[in-house]
Amino acid sequence: MSTAGYLSLTDADLAAMLDAIGVDSIDDLFEQIPEGVRFGRALDVPEALPEAALVRHLEELAERNADTSRELSFLGMGIYDHYVPAIADTFLSRGEFLTAYTPYQPEMSQGVLQAIFEYQTAICELTGMDVSNASGYDGATVAADACFIARHHTGRTKVVLAETLNPQVRQVVKTYAPGFGMEVVEVPHDGGTTDPAALADAAHDAALVIFQQPNAFGCLEPAPELAAAAANAGALPVAHVDLASLGLLEAPGNYGCAMAIGEGQSIGNYQSYGGPHYGFLAARTEFIRRMPGRIVGETTDLEGKRGFVLTLQTREQHIRREKATSNMTTNQTLLALAGLITLCWLGPEGLRELGETCTALAAYAKERVGLPVAFERPHFKEIAFRTPIPARDVVARAREHGVHPGYPLGRDYPGLDDVLLVALTEKRTPADVDRLAEVLAEVTS
Amino acid sequence: MELIYEKSQPGRRAGRVPSYDLPVPKIPAELLREAPPRLPEVPENEIVRHFTALADRNFGIDTGFYPLGSCTMKYNPRVNERVVGLPGFRDLHPLQEDEGAQGALELMWELQQILAEVAGLPAVTLQPAAGSQGELTGLMLMRAAFADRGEPGRNVIITADTAHGTNPASVTMAGFELEKVATTDRGNLDLDDLRAKVDDRTAGLMLTNPSTLGLFDEGIQQVAEIFHSRGALLYYDGANLNAVVGRSRPGDMGFDIVHYNLHKTFSQPHGGGGPGGGPVAVRAEIEPFLPAPSVVRDGDAFRLDHDRPKSIGRVRGFAGPFGVFVRSYAFMRAYGPALQDMSEVAVLNANYLLAQLRDVYDLPYDRLCMHEFVLSARSMKREHGVTALDVAKRLMDHDIHPPTIYFPLVVAEALMIEPTETETKERLDEFVDAMRSIAAEAASEPETLKAAPLTRPVRRLDEVKAAKEPVVRHAFDTPRAVDRIEAG
Repeated sequence: MSTAGYLSLTDADLAAMLDAIGVDSIDDLFEQIPEGVRFGRALDVPEALPEAALVRHLEELAERNADTSRELSFLGMGIYDHYVPAIADTFLSRGEFLTAYTPYQPEMSQGVLQAIFEYQTAICELTGMDVSNASGYDGATVAADACFIARHHTGRTKVVLAETLNPQVRQVVKTYAPGFGMEVVEVPHDGGTTDPAALADAAHDAALVIFQQPNAFGCLEPAPELAAAAANAGALPVAHVDLASLGLLEAPGNYGCAMAIGEGQSIGNYQSYGGPHYGFLAARTEFIRRMPGRIVGETTDLEGKRGFVLTLQTREQHIRREKATSNMTTNQTLLALAGLITLCWLGPEGLRELGETCTALAAYAKERVGLPVAFERPHFKEIAFRTPIPARDVVARAREHGVHPGYPLGRDYPGLDDVLLVALTEKRTPADVDRLAEVLAEVTS
Repeated sequence: MELIYEKSQPGRRAGRVPSYDLPVPKIPAELLREAPPRLPEVPENEIVRHFTALADRNFGIDTGFYPLGSCTMKYNPRVNERVVGLPGFRDLHPLQEDEGAQGALELMWELQQILAEVAGLPAVTLQPAAGSQGELTGLMLMRAAFADRGEPGRNVIITADTAHGTNPASVTMAGFELEKVATTDRGNLDLDDLRAKVDDRTAGLMLTNPSTLGLFDEGIQQVAEIFHSRGALLYYDGANLNAVVGRSRPGDMGFDIVHYNLHKTFSQPHGGGGPGGGPVAVRAEIEPFLPAPSVVRDGDAFRLDHDRPKSIGRVRGFAGPFGVFVRSYAFMRAYGPALQDMSEVAVLNANYLLAQLRDVYDLPYDRLCMHEFVLSARSMKREHGVTALDVAKRLMDHDIHPPTIYFPLVVAEALMIEPTETETKERLDEFVDAMRSIAAEAASEPETLKAAPLTRPVRRLDEVKAAKEPVVRHAFDTPRAVDRIEAG
């Protein structure tokens, strides 16, 4: 008998099942494991906890984290405390979505297949692209995916990254590039944004150029000029974008980008200490057969009724094996579903308003905080300030006042130790910004 | 049913965003959006009805039995959803100072300890987002280890002919060459074939054990010897770990690098395709190359260690899919050392089904199985023209999710069945009845099977058409707002 954990095997079951199999014990079933590699003792792991004790234990761990309900936070740098609508929670807890596997059997999975088709449509609309996959792991790995596509499309091996592309995204690209036979070149920023002429020089012979809009400093890049500089050099222009900005800012497809990628967390996902979230990857039609991961397509059933299936599967690992466009199988469908629901909830007006409110709050912070801005550039929802003492120390001191004032850029950018990146979402209020200004004044004076 | 876009009416809306009456700064015109995205304009009530209807057209473990081989579709405990929603986890920013994330870091460190004990290997990275990313990470670790050892010429990875497609695809992405090894009639790796293929160009082996046939490789010790004696490494694809937890450990089998699928063995719900989690464990010699940052303990405090000079680098943003860690950790703590019972019942359930079905379907490898087994419909196809696909579609009419079909590739008309440990004998018996009744139908009325499913929201779908003329986004039949403005 075993009723440990989530088991419910009775003595009667066990006897009947062993009898049907024709063995005397469970040990007999494990005889095929050679004696030399059988594990001969109990696992040395912490004791089992019944549900109430388990919840208490996890509550104790959770209480030791300074989450954004305990601390007034202005942290961003790729992950943002945007509002997640209640209906996103509602459907993520529906077992039909939550507990389904990848929709290999379409007749059992029309719900999630149609939802992914709707998600792909939304991503294409926001980015101005023709095709989106069903999601990538996160905003960093989709950049590596874009490199793999560009390597095979152009036959070139150079990756050009703007230094103002999120540092973690650049680190992941550098980890993947050697396996692809690619080398990475970075273009330094010039006063907070990327100089199109410098980018044009670097883009010579490159497979692709990846820049970020709004960039990692919160500044708005001259994105159309950067895309043109890349394209003129024969490199694929790729924009790493924030979905939350795309009600307000132009779609990368409308200024000449070949692909648009990014981290979807800001639309529909909680911060969750960095994951799970969804990465998105959208491209022009010509790249459709090089896309990694799942893609859902429309079709008809044998009665002519509309339905949806996983399509173009000859790209994928389970069919093409070593010739596949990627090794990807598990993706981030449930998180992408939250993104779709949130986009439906916002609608085109709401998405624009979201962008306006965040930009307006950032402008208010610029005005209220008594520190010089680090970069005189147009901004979206993040503003970088110069601090008279190291920004790390500002963070430590401000946290003693219950305010997390933002991200010290010196952690990733040598020479910017005195720059603090402050992020504003619609969940912060003008009063919150006043409080930030007050605390920053106190800890920097 | 209609797409959400087809329910859209201009001017309708659901959510409202605060404005705070602040002036919006001017953004350069060339950066501003010219035409609004055609997102649906639908009230909240209708959004809820839409996604409720979609949920009704989807089948999860919560709906019914889901014996999808190699996917380990076990019950996903709801307490895990409760704890992952605690604000201290859910609303924690990943760039919070370590001192403000001690609970999260402790949870990750504890999870690493349990995973290390399960694999029998000392060092763990939690960073990879899925099993396939774990594979890629493992191959990068091999490359780094050989470069460090001064053997950069080791460029060949050997995989089994029964391997998941991710293995050869990962080999390509990591820049290695692929070599395949055959499987014997008993379902073990062919040792003679292996001996002939392993040499000083071999970087390593990627193997699932038990294999995708659901069989434990009886020669695993000799396999490890062949690779290790020639200086190569062994990678364990943990897709089938649910068979052996507490019964046999990959590290003890001789594997040097192991990935886990937290969404299989440790019950992270798979969400219709993801998320997952693919932590990797390694021997001490390979630890210096693990991705940065890693989670380390200093006395009573925990921190992210970014200072790892020999690391392969970062494979994903931040420290990994944390919400997945919370669920899997909670799952492990609900069992404690009885995680062993989990694997035992998984193996018992699979063997029970095998015993009840072996006389009506072909059994290509006549052995006791581990946590899953592979049947074949080849006799049925020869005698009645009924294929594995037809069997799968007909199971849907019994409200059962089909098994994995046409995999592994070494078995014709394969039906790969994995019941998992959380199904009761009554559920297993229902499945047996359904499979036996389908076998009877194959002989008596094969046309019914060919027409199945008959009870789902759609009939069989034309996948060839979908691939031939790909329609991968909605084609709006109304002009975009900007076009409307220009036209009128």
